[in-house]
Amino acid sequence: MLDGFLALYIFMLAAFTGHEIIARVPVILHTPLMSGSNFVHGIVLVGAMIALGHASTPFETGLGFLAVLMGAGNAAGGYVVTERMLEMFKPSGKPSGDKA
Amino acid sequence: MSWLPTLVKACYFLAALLFILGLKRMSSPRTARGGIVWAGVGMLLAVLATFALPDMQHRGLILAAVLIGVAAAWWSGRRVAMTAMPQMVALYNGMGGGAAAGIGAVELVAHVRHALPGVPDTSPLRPEAWALDVLHQVPAAAPLSAVALGLGVLGALIGAVSFSGSLIAFAKLQGWLDKRFVFPGQRIVNLLVLLLALAFGAMLATGHLTLPAIVAFFVFALLFGLLMTLPIGGADMPVVISLYNAFTGLAVAFEGYVLGNEAMIIAGMVVGAAGTLLTQLMAKAMNRSLGNVLFGSFGAAAGGAAQEISGSQKPIEAADAAVMMAYAERVAIVPGYGMAVAQAQHKVWEFAKLLIERGVKVKFAIHPVAGRMPGHMNVLLAEAGVPYDLIEDMDDINPEFPNTDVVLVIGANDVVNPMAKTDPSSPIYGMPILDVAAAKHVIVVKRGKGTGFAGIENALFYADNTRMLYGDGQAAAGQLVSELKSLDG
Repeated sequence: MLDGFLALYIFMLAAFTGHEIIARVPVILHTPLMSGSNFVHGIVLVGAMIALGHASTPFETGLGFLAVLMGAGNAAGGYVVTERMLEMFKPSGKPSGDKA
Repeated sequence: MSWLPTLVKACYFLAALLFILGLKRMSSPRTARGGIVWAGVGMLLAVLATFALPDMQHRGLILAAVLIGVAAAWWSGRRVAMTAMPQMVALYNGMGGGAAAGIGAVELVAHVRHALPGVPDTSPLRPEAWALDVLHQVPAAAPLSAVALGLGVLGALIGAVSFSGSLIAFAKLQGWLDKRFVFPGQRIVNLLVLLLALAFGAMLATGHLTLPAIVAFFVFALLFGLLMTLPIGGADMPVVISLYNAFTGLAVAFEGYVLGNEAMIIAGMVVGAAGTLLTQLMAKAMNRSLGNVLFGSFGAAAGGAAQEISGSQKPIEAADAAVMMAYAERVAIVPGYGMAVAQAQHKVWEFAKLLIERGVKVKFAIHPVAGRMPGHMNVLLAEAGVPYDLIEDMDDINPEFPNTDVVLVIGANDVVNPMAKTDPSSPIYGMPILDVAAAKHVIVVKRGKGTGFAGIENALFYADNTRMLYGDGQAAAGQLVSELKSLDG
């Protein structure tokens, strides 16, 4: 178990990191970034795996199984959707028909 | 085997680092595509490391659940149309919230079992297992500390609200629930449900754990997420999804503390903070406070003395509209959710390209909250192949509208509604809008005469310089393209 104050420091520094990352983002990337951060909290899968791995009654096992299922959905779905969105942000120089 | 936990911890550390670097890269258009890959590598590393943890049971079950979950989400995420992305984000986000709540539930139930081993369990849910466990006295995990218990309950509450709320948001955007669900005294009922959830949560957090209390806690938490989201209109969904995204992040961080997992704490907290800031930026773009979005008067105030709209909607044929734009000097195109629904972005860009070939200066004007997510329109236009430099933000293009000959509004409504400036009784009063009414001519592509998603009348449609081109966005853009082509004979 983490020491209480050490955890508090981690909470604080991580919060500032998140704030800094978003603070100067152009509007066009808001959606991909929301989707990307949606993927990152898919790390909940790891926690769900640990919870299921330590479950010792059928009820806990069932709950843990559901949690892993949903966590895996969050991680995989978040990745695919973000990747597909960013796929379209190819570097410029792509063929486009305008002669303007 | 003493090196194994260290190796796992090292993997978690690397994963956290990769998440932060990945998100950082995602915040710039040039490096964005690599960013998700970095974060993906981090995730893979963390998941593999967790499999290698020494004291894990049910490895087969874990593997099965991971494979099923990944396969289902991968398949749905690949298959879904770009226009349906917002609801998919909502859905996957809800799953994350549900997983966090599930972790909380497992930990609470396990805590009951460890903390109060002498109490006979009357629940039908766990029959023999209870007795077995008492006999063998396997301390799989020590009872939680007071802080861990409190944070675990809080994380479960937030996760559960995010879960049921996100599912409602998903259903709304998917069109399964297109009505706002409003009844008198709703706020009181919502408050009551929240207070009940909090009361049961406080009971659990202070160690008064019983299975019925745990169940009641989750029922009220889930119910609150449901009730809180039901009355919110579709136009506000971007803010709501972003808020629930931040919620899930926080829930993950708190459950990470309970499990003593640093990667979860860091990733969850980063997302929680980033998501909160993003939510605020979006609410600000609509000139509303977050509280106003969530518990606001949207709809409630609509019954007040609304400004009278005089005049009528004046229709125009596609041929005339095409001619107007073909001989214009400057044309601005304002896309909205209607374009997304109609999948019209490719046709619209085809039309714009034809105009550009004729020497017309074409710009796309994007309102910060057009569509169902911030930047939703940018994503769709990027998909169609529209170059960045033709796309303008609201602040850049608003001063240009008086010099614009024709504005083509396609599927946008509230974001161009001048009543946001003129009518204090309008629910969207004060929201910054694209000032298209200042242009010489406005052509609005719209399916019918009804009000938009938010159910608000739009004075723009009745203005003297506005013409209505009725039809589905895709069909109308197709007509415009063929009319424009026939001009050149």
